[in-house]
Amino acid sequence: MSPAILFLCNGQRVDVTRCPVTSMADFRQLVLDQIADGAHLAALFVRPAATDRHLLTAVLSIPEAGQLALAAAEVGQAYPCLTQQVPQAHWFEREIAEQWAVTPEGHPWLKPIRFQPACGGKGPAARIGVTNFFAMEGDEVHEVAVGPVHAGVIEPGHFRFQCHGETVYHLEISLGYQHRGVERALIGGPGLRTIHTVETLAGDTTIGHAIAYCQAVEALSHTPVPSRAEALRGVAAELERIANHLGDLGALAGDVGFLPTLNYCGRIRGDVLNATAVLCGNRFGRGLVRPGGVTCDLDDRLAGLLKDRLADIERDARSAVELMFNTPSVLARFEGTGAIPIQTAREIGLVGVAARASGLDRDVRHELPYGIYRLSHLPVCTWDSGDCFARAYVRWLEVQQSLEFINEQLNALPEGPIAVPAKPPAANQMAVSLTEGWRGQICHVVQTDALGRFALYKVVDPSFHNWFGLALALRDQQISDFPLCNKSFNLSYCGHDL
Amino acid sequence: MLDVIRARWQQGYRTMKWPDGPIPPLPERFAGRPVMQGRDCPADCQRCVEVCPTAAVQIQATEGHRATRLDTGRCLFCRACEEACPKGQISFTQEYRLGAAKREDLIVERGCPVFAPCLVERARRYFGRSLKLREVSAGGCNACEADSNVLGTPAWDMGRFGVQFVASPRHADGLLVTGPVPENMREALLKTYHAVPSPKVVIAVGSCAISGGPYAGCREVHNGVDGLIPVDLYVPGCPPHPLTILASLLGLVGRRNWPQPRPQE
Repeated sequence: MSPAILFLCNGQRVDVTRCPVTSMADFRQLVLDQIADGAHLAALFVRPAATDRHLLTAVLSIPEAGQLALAAAEVGQAYPCLTQQVPQAHWFEREIAEQWAVTPEGHPWLKPIRFQPACGGKGPAARIGVTNFFAMEGDEVHEVAVGPVHAGVIEPGHFRFQCHGETVYHLEISLGYQHRGVERALIGGPGLRTIHTVETLAGDTTIGHAIAYCQAVEALSHTPVPSRAEALRGVAAELERIANHLGDLGALAGDVGFLPTLNYCGRIRGDVLNATAVLCGNRFGRGLVRPGGVTCDLDDRLAGLLKDRLADIERDARSAVELMFNTPSVLARFEGTGAIPIQTAREIGLVGVAARASGLDRDVRHELPYGIYRLSHLPVCTWDSGDCFARAYVRWLEVQQSLEFINEQLNALPEGPIAVPAKPPAANQMAVSLTEGWRGQICHVVQTDALGRFALYKVVDPSFHNWFGLALALRDQQISDFPLCNKSFNLSYCGHDL
Repeated sequence: MLDVIRARWQQGYRTMKWPDGPIPPLPERFAGRPVMQGRDCPADCQRCVEVCPTAAVQIQATEGHRATRLDTGRCLFCRACEEACPKGQISFTQEYRLGAAKREDLIVERGCPVFAPCLVERARRYFGRSLKLREVSAGGCNACEADSNVLGTPAWDMGRFGVQFVASPRHADGLLVTGPVPENMREALLKTYHAVPSPKVVIAVGSCAISGGPYAGCREVHNGVDGLIPVDLYVPGCPPHPLTILASLLGLVGRRNWPQPRPQE
């Protein structure tokens, strides 16, 4: 193994001085070799080092070893892009170009992804939505533009379809409307607002991101988390997964006009959110996960109440979802629509449900177990057709696994405290923290300065990996299948735009 | 077909009786509208102010007394002030009616009404029996959006009050805005607002839309809707409970027999 690469565990801290820095040529070779061996690019970003120096940094997840790898190289105004050999670097390199005015030379598609001000907010921002959109020419070719404000109660984003008749040849996704400056707001923390910013950076993944943040802070400050807190975090995380998956299953039914399951699942999703509120008072789990543990405990009465609610939820969900999967008119729309082959999924670096529905067994809980998942294992649910059916069915498999997992945890909650006082982060450290949110892999990379404050806070939401997957899924599909394909990914706009 | 009927029978009738029947059960740990107890804060104590992430709590000195005031339009309902106060001056109740038609009515102090008035006479006159809304998420984190959207499900069924989300601003009587309004979303919000035919109403849902919430002061956002377009109804929370949103909407159009606030006893 090359010394230019540092291996570390999920949620481990390292001294900044120990982070390797190599030449750009070595760095590129390292990344190419690791990706060829099956690694996944969890993050690729530029971080500021000492005065006017910038380091191009890669975080790779290596499933066979159950480890993460960190590599970096000094970068100037430009460097030869990775995207040509490593397609999963595509979105990351566009982000780098936009955030740091560093040019990945030879990048085939170098456009803004968020229309955010460059250079840590100091530079100018491109005007939102104004870019050289890909256009097709020819007889009977037409363009359909949708958004930023959509017809449903959803977040804003702009989609452009190049169509010939009903068939979509290309979909270009242009986001950035939700950009609030999350990463910049987190610098200088941890402060009073930090956890609230993290909990709202993608509000439907409050627990997933809060655990990723807390794990990073706990690593930086050497704070061991009590096992009861780990178990309760796991319960909350799986409740979040169940709520969102059931909501998605209902919405998928709605997108093919199958109203019974749409209506039942919409209601059952609310019941699951209410179960989270039993735990902490908030339907989205706000205020539950904090550095050092959790804020709310479950006594026997509340645990019993939660179990009763989950039994009702399981019964109702089974009837609603099985009805959908037993209806031929639904399956006719789901099957074969928006298929992503496993090879494509691997190349573009899909994560979460979308990756597993294409047959990749990619799941942070399994590959890089953290918290309760080190002790209690969940099987990885996969399907191989890569289409809308697979993305729906994997969700249903996961709902069932998560229900079982929660019941197991509630029956055997470890004794002891639910939190320990969190210490302040140590100075000049770096930590990488990955969790499996309901959409997929969440990655937080945090570096502290000489005073122990956040000098760098990098967030990679699963949506960041997957938006391009949606664009590919639409190729050669009917434009009327867009809502279905879109919902089958159900990606976050705010988690992407930050 | 038989399967569909069997599932329908199994799922039962789930639309809640409220507002004619009982209030749907709120979680025991629900943080509703806060109350400010006394007006005898110890001299020099600033604990609640110091722990508030959004500067929602203030201490006001009047006639030699020090008392707390809490701006629910900024509040994230994190209960940090409640936990920090050594005298138990601040407590979050189960009161779900948090909405208000006037921004200043979101500020809770000792002796203020248990809940604030939401009624907008103009809205009652024009939209009392039918209110169609276009939702605009402007930097919202998808929590306020989700808890607004859920009002369309059978459990809440806001359609029974004539309230509905519609696909186009051209079909709408008003906007329901969520999120702190990023600069990147400002133009789209304004265009959507102008596309709604007059007379129209604007409803700001969530602390982000009211004050910027956890993003208040960030250079990339506009600290909410105020100042960009006129707001008729504020619904605080992070996110507000669906019950809070629905109650505020019904209050806005003055649903028959809707209670009016009384001073705190």
